Amino acid sequence: MAIPSYATRGERLWHYAFLGLCALIFLFLIGPLLVIIPLSFNAEPYFTFSEAMLRFDPAGYSLRWYQDFFTSSAWLGAIKNSFIIGIASTILATVLGTIAALGLSSRHMPARGAIMALLISPMIVPLIISAAAMFFFFSKINLAQTYPGVILAHTALGIPFVVITVTATLSSFDTTLIRAAHSLGANPTRTFFKVVLPLVTPGVVSGALFAFITSFDEVVVVLFIAGPEQRTMPIQMWSGIREQISPTILAVATLLVVLSMLLLTTLELLRRRGERLRGLSPG
Amino acid sequence: MSESPSALLTTADGVPLKVSLRRAVRRSKVKAFLLVSPLLLFLVVAFVMPIFDMLWRSVDNPEVSTHLPRTVAALERWDGESLPDEPVFAALVEDLREGQAARNLGLLSSRLNYEKSGMRSTISRTARRMGSVEPPYRESLIAINDTWGELDTWKLIRREASPYTPSYYLAAVDRQLTPDGEIAKVPDHLEIHVSLFWRTFWMSAVITGLTLLLGYPVAFLLATLPLRHSNLLMILVLLPFWTSLLVRTTTWIAILQSQGVLNDMMVAIGVIADEARWQMIHNKTGTIIAMTHILLPFMILPLYSVMKTIPPSYMRAARSLGGKPFLSFRRVYFPLTIPGIAAGGILVFILSIGYYITPALVGGQSGRFITNYIAYHMQTSLNWGLAAAIASILLFVVVVFYLVFNRLIGVDKVKLG
Repeated sequence: MAIPSYATRGERLWHYAFLGLCALIFLFLIGPLLVIIPLSFNAEPYFTFSEAMLRFDPAGYSLRWYQDFFTSSAWLGAIKNSFIIGIASTILATVLGTIAALGLSSRHMPARGAIMALLISPMIVPLIISAAAMFFFFSKINLAQTYPGVILAHTALGIPFVVITVTATLSSFDTTLIRAAHSLGANPTRTFFKVVLPLVTPGVVSGALFAFITSFDEVVVVLFIAGPEQRTMPIQMWSGIREQISPTILAVATLLVVLSMLLLTTLELLRRRGERLRGLSPG
Repeated sequence: MSESPSALLTTADGVPLKVSLRRAVRRSKVKAFLLVSPLLLFLVVAFVMPIFDMLWRSVDNPEVSTHLPRTVAALERWDGESLPDEPVFAALVEDLREGQAARNLGLLSSRLNYEKSGMRSTISRTARRMGSVEPPYRESLIAINDTWGELDTWKLIRREASPYTPSYYLAAVDRQLTPDGEIAKVPDHLEIHVSLFWRTFWMSAVITGLTLLLGYPVAFLLATLPLRHSNLLMILVLLPFWTSLLVRTTTWIAILQSQGVLNDMMVAIGVIADEARWQMIHNKTGTIIAMTHILLPFMILPLYSVMKTIPPSYMRAARSLGGKPFLSFRRVYFPLTIPGIAAGGILVFILSIGYYITPALVGGQSGRFITNYIAYHMQTSLNWGLAAAIASILLFVVVVFYLVFNRLIGVDKVKLG
């Protein structure tokens, strides 16, 4: 957004004020995430910067909260649960969602709008309502406080993300490529593996990542329908924040910020790959 | 001559083209539907049925008719003008004896206690004396507890014998049925839900307004910068979007609490005194700041995708036609961004009224949302019917906004990241 050469002095001033304002808003967005990273290396059990930390005294910093995290059986058990539930529900949501997306992107899909609205609804209905409803229903059919119960619930929550990303990928898929492959002598199987799959995979993988992070992050539903056996990482954090605040939580938070950075990078790479394969991007 | 040419068209095997085409379309319709059906079936079991079960629970009223079947039957012949006769009391004694033996009067007594306080102890005290009670039962029961001598008690039992009840919905909006079946307000000290609904709505409106105020300039900047720079800045928007909700809430606790980073900084540079630290958390301010931060990306992304489609030449044209910068912005650019404002606004509002975690952790007493009361009634007061009724009302509001959103923008246009 360069300033045009005909801009008056007032406009220039306004332009810089605007940039300053945007910088402040970006600070508001990202600042909090940056603050907790150094705080998690605090040698003292406080949530704020100690004097030693401000003087950059090495004694003010320590890895004790990370050590705490990696040696605590409660936290490690919670991570294990989070991965079990996250991976199982991601696989279910991705398989069901991708198959459905294939149908939804057909030109002849009946009642497309209504069905799409239904499939997306778990994303729109507030989590506390889904949680309450699932709690009532799952207790009736003996699924509450079991792994299958939590996995089914998380699958339902992850499905909208898979459906949205995969249908978006499929809508930009050029079906003439299939005919081209046929005309060049490829049989349907070969066409599917050599043409369709490479173009669709980035969309499916990013849908799966969305579903995984949804499950990995989810507190409310687990809070209601999981028993003590299925304690996940967010639940462990939740009770940590409510009961005894210790900087171990900040260490976990930092690790999670790093994890989301990795995820974001992966998604961006997938998006670029998808665009390159479709010839949409110059780079 | 009169035959249209299309009637002659047939496929190679002699079937008219129209029939053949219709068949092909039907086949691909069935195929598409079959592909969607496993997911549809799954969601019906794992999501739609639970929601309907909840809606049903909010009006379901089985307690009195299951636990007092004889009393209910005997009350059918009651005129409602004076105390019931001996057979009704005898039926009650029999019902209570059976309930006491099976030890399942708890649900009944809490159900009646929602409607008339004191009923819980009345029933448990009466049930405990059922072994020694002698006819005439009318006199003996009134001697045990004079609640049985009140006309209202019997009217209540007769009313609650119905399999459905509006009383959970009434309780969700701070109303109750009087013994005569009229709707009245609950006593002032028990009023809580209506004010919480309003607080949820206005705080969500404030949060939506703040995200718009902060999101609009950022989206504008991102949409007008060259792609190379805007992609870089976009990371700053997407990173918080991708970071765990609990992490973001935790960071605000670390920053805002009275011994937290912001207060320490302010004390250190002398803006505030050590004794007069700002109280920014466990109140409305905390909830609004944290939720504005958490929901900001949901405003920026739809705004950005709309602004991206506005050609920059429009603003240049407006300027070259003599419009002052502000006027050109207001008359040309701003109207074009209204779809983005609507999309972002509805999205943030819907998400905000359903938030539970953040208000629960940073909201304290004054920053709580109605969602926190759903959790309270589910986990602490154990009044599940009331929890279901509040959740159903909230669901209704969300669905209305969702339908508006769907009509305006279309769910399949939602982009993620």
